[in-house]
Amino acid sequence: MSAVPRHAPEPPLRAAPVAGTPAPGQPASVGTGQLPDGLVAVVKRECPTCVLVEPVLRGLGAAVWCQDDPTWFDHDDTALELSYRLDVETVPTLLRVEDGVETARTVGWSREQWEALTGVPGLGEGLPEHRPGCGSLSVDPARIDALEARYGGSGLASRRIELADLEDEHEALFDRGWTDGLPVVPPTPERVLRMLRGTTRDPGEVVAVVPPDLVPCTVEKVAVNAVLAGCLPEYLPVVLAALEAACADEFALHGVLATTHFAGPVVVVNGPVADRIGMNSGVNALGQGNRANATIGRALQLVVRNVGGGRPGEVDRATLGNPGKTGSCFAEREQGSPFAPLAADRGVPGNAVTVFAGSGVQPVVDQLSRDPESLARSFAACLRVNAHPKLPMAFDAMLVVSPEHGRVLREAGWDRPRLLAELDGLLRLPAGELVRGAGGMAEGLPPGVAADEVPKFRPGGLLVAHAGGDAGLFSAVVGGWVGGETGSTPVTREVRT
Amino acid sequence: MRTVLDPTGERRPPERALLPRPASLHGRTVGLLDISKARGDVVLDRLAELLGEHGATVRRYRKPTFARVAPVDLRQEITEHCEVVVEALAD
Repeated sequence: MSAVPRHAPEPPLRAAPVAGTPAPGQPASVGTGQLPDGLVAVVKRECPTCVLVEPVLRGLGAAVWCQDDPTWFDHDDTALELSYRLDVETVPTLLRVEDGVETARTVGWSREQWEALTGVPGLGEGLPEHRPGCGSLSVDPARIDALEARYGGSGLASRRIELADLEDEHEALFDRGWTDGLPVVPPTPERVLRMLRGTTRDPGEVVAVVPPDLVPCTVEKVAVNAVLAGCLPEYLPVVLAALEAACADEFALHGVLATTHFAGPVVVVNGPVADRIGMNSGVNALGQGNRANATIGRALQLVVRNVGGGRPGEVDRATLGNPGKTGSCFAEREQGSPFAPLAADRGVPGNAVTVFAGSGVQPVVDQLSRDPESLARSFAACLRVNAHPKLPMAFDAMLVVSPEHGRVLREAGWDRPRLLAELDGLLRLPAGELVRGAGGMAEGLPPGVAADEVPKFRPGGLLVAHAGGDAGLFSAVVGGWVGGETGSTPVTREVRT
Repeated sequence: MRTVLDPTGERRPPERALLPRPASLHGRTVGLLDISKARGDVVLDRLAELLGEHGATVRRYRKPTFARVAPVDLRQEITEHCEVVVEALAD
């Protein structure tokens, strides 16, 4: 459904009541003029029915606009402005106009209807009784967005920037600081309108207040940045949900951005929407090569950059960052998973996104474990080194379990709570190994830890997801940032269309 | 001529000029803001000592976490009571 509907008021006047066009009952304009009284027709030469009725139109003395050949009749509508404004869907369209106002309309060829409209009997001698028309060029899906942007009073509120003829449009966008270092798709009004068709939400609706500048961000601004990122319209609802999640207070996006640490938002998508928009949850799920995965995460980061004002070297003070800060997004592989969908386990079943402040991928290799106890011990050993083996309760992590590892868990009946409980038991670290100086390493806990054991992760600080290709006894640890109230808490939000 | 839509928030955060640097800290009130980074207190404890030796009155403040911006109340309190602020980072 279109977010920017074309209005179709009741007859007699069917011209869209948008900028530059009259309200119902007011004269319709033709470019700068007004429709002539009498009979008016819109045709295209490519349409056999239009060719069929040519002698009838000439005999009636109708004022005829042609969509594809400016020389065929007296009037030229190759720009399709009149067709758009009159909401012509079929050619030929024949109108009766009185005092500049449309009072009757018929489409295609029907002797009976044309005679009724014109009041002229015996029209089209030798022609069949009726013949359907053809589609108007003004409703051609390839043209409609451009027409709407040009004539439709699109309702777009963003500032329009004219690029000079001598500017390279891609360089111009780099020069204005709108890109992440890779080329972007120029956000023309027609592309933004097309993007907005991906949601039913009002373009003016504020989605989130975006750090660090705390700027209210509308659906339209998200759409502009989604165009930049290379998204298709059907991705927009996922981008909107990801932004809502990332801007939730508990995610602490300002801190995620400003920290010297590596982290950036990692977006995990659940629900049928992932398949529907062609996301990758399988082979190379965390890698390159899938448009939806690549551009949804990028769109989120471009909103943070362009709307929120969060740019590297300015508020973003990351010492090293990580490659995922260009954008990091994947779908959970729900089919064959030992786990319930991640978002469902977090209270949001169906289409949803979960954002996690992630810092890149650390491989977990275990090609020999065939029972879940052994595999869990491998997971725990690899998770223990998250950030630093002597730093517990500080940094979150996400464990992405691959299908071959997942099978071991599934066949043993281990779901997510069971795996997390086992890992929690395996990740109770002896306090003596953690204190500063232990193991010859200055890093660690300050002296005076009361307990004998300290859990590696805070409650809720370890996420578990399922993704990847069929083959490979590999999983992944996505290291996280400081978790919980002092840092970032993962956030799950529903994807709304 | 091609038209593109502005992807930015179309607003510029206000830029405020820093106050002139005081010639001396003697008799001034200096706020020390600990942002809760590890060992920030080490830096600030030493600074407090040095400032005291220079005749400054030191007030200590602490953000709940370095991960979030300082609460509005804290910022206002510092503004009301201090003429100079030192915000500490450390690790």
